[in-house]
Amino acid sequence: MLPPPPYSTGITIFEICADPSQLNGFSWLSCYLTTGKHMAFYQSFGTVLLLLAITAPTALAFGFMGAAGARSRIAPLRWIGKTYTAVVRGVPDIAFFLFFVIALDQAFEYVRHRIKCPDWTDAIRQGSDFIVCQAAKLPLGNSPQWIHETYGFFLAVLTFAIVFGAFAANVLFGAMRAVPHGQMETGEAYGMSHRQTFWRILVPQMWVYALPGLSNLWMVLIKATPLLFLLGVEDIVYWARELGGTKTPQFTDYPHGDWRIWYFGALLVFYLLFTKLSEVVLERLMTRLTHGQATTGGEAQRKGLA
Amino acid sequence: MKRLILSTAALAFTAGMAFAESHSVVRMGTEGAYPPWNFLNDAGEVDGFERELGDELCARAELTCEWVTNEWDSIIPNLVSGNYDVIIAGMSITDERDEVIDFTQEYTPADPTAYLALSMDVDPAGGVVAAQTGTIQAGYIAQQGWTLVEFATPEETIAAVRAGEADAVFADKSFLVGALEGQSDLVMLEQEVQIGGGVGMGIRESDTELKAAFDAAITSMKEDGSLNELITKWAVASTF
Repeated sequence: MLPPPPYSTGITIFEICADPSQLNGFSWLSCYLTTGKHMAFYQSFGTVLLLLAITAPTALAFGFMGAAGARSRIAPLRWIGKTYTAVVRGVPDIAFFLFFVIALDQAFEYVRHRIKCPDWTDAIRQGSDFIVCQAAKLPLGNSPQWIHETYGFFLAVLTFAIVFGAFAANVLFGAMRAVPHGQMETGEAYGMSHRQTFWRILVPQMWVYALPGLSNLWMVLIKATPLLFLLGVEDIVYWARELGGTKTPQFTDYPHGDWRIWYFGALLVFYLLFTKLSEVVLERLMTRLTHGQATTGGEAQRKGLA
Repeated sequence: MKRLILSTAALAFTAGMAFAESHSVVRMGTEGAYPPWNFLNDAGEVDGFERELGDELCARAELTCEWVTNEWDSIIPNLVSGNYDVIIAGMSITDERDEVIDFTQEYTPADPTAYLALSMDVDPAGGVVAAQTGTIQAGYIAQQGWTLVEFATPEETIAAVRAGEADAVFADKSFLVGALEGQSDLVMLEQEVQIGGGVGMGIRESDTELKAAFDAAITSMKEDGSLNELITKWAVASTF
């Protein structure tokens, strides 16, 4: 009779998984692939996809505001837009993710601290410690772990959106300039105001010039998610590294050697499929955007129809 | 008079409440990649010597604790900015770290550091040594002026030796013994080094009450011998 293992075995899905040392081949594998740890791995794919689904439109909104700001006729707006694109693009991503996020978090807490605890007398910075009153903590210190995780996730979305928004702003700024000037002049000749030409002539036509640059950004964004772990969000690369690492029989029911190559291989397939899917979708989008445009692509489409 | 006593009692009670409220949940930060100290079990939960120790300490200090994992690289910055309240991750007490954070008393004595290599005749001084970034081991190799390659996780340091990228791994002996289990290609060198102090829990310098609570709990575990039992069970270090 063996002594019980020192680690907890957790809940298993299949009845036969109670004693994995007796299993082999397919049944072993099916038990191995349904451990709680693997479930967390599968969930992290959802986390990454959700992050991309929220970040992409948010970054695009940031980029649009940055680009619109950078070509604004109002000087302060122009300065803000230009500074944003220049500074954020210049700072290395990893520095941004290590320091900016902590600073952002502290800025939120500082503002809440000022509002919620006006009669607090202690210094907020004590040496290297950052101390705000408990009511100002974000999330509150006693809230459950999932709230902490959700908050970390949204900090991540915001940071990704700011970083990729700066690149998108530069792409959109260039795209806005690429729209033939004659189009704008024609709009003005029809008596449109500056605002009207911007929204009715410039914005609808700029996407065809912006799409190649934006699709590059999208491809980079897909592969930037491992930066998430710096923020405490466990993404697919973290889990692949964790699950693939050597497991000695002392600490698990499923000992195995260095299997990282298999896990990273699975990630490779996932990324390639995702890239392929993105390419197909972007290609279709490009065809739609080209329709009726004064570009060689638009011209080719027109001739094809005729 | 009665009212005075009552209000004094109330005051004492609220002072106690203030501490209880600020730490109604104590968040324990660990790495989760350093067996037998801390690792994720098959269910994906934090497990290991420090999980069991931490839970026992929290029970003795009457605290509600919650476990979170954080990458080793940013484990101290996230403590000082308040994302969790305690670091319990096999962290040796050093002067350098003590300038930034506070430590409780040590819960394991200083443990020897050892080398793992592919053969017994490797000389670490003349070869390439792999160690985890930001550890006392990495600091020691750098100080000796030997060739050092650093990796983000302990797992990668061992993989580097297998791949021939490095000649030896330099890490806590308890971790290397665990990594050696069931492996036939690696050997532990006879050479051992004593660096750093014992291992303690890292706590923000301003958090004196929490530090006192854990110090008292560690003392009580040392006195009744339960700490030594845990150390032996997980084979993390020598006993007190």
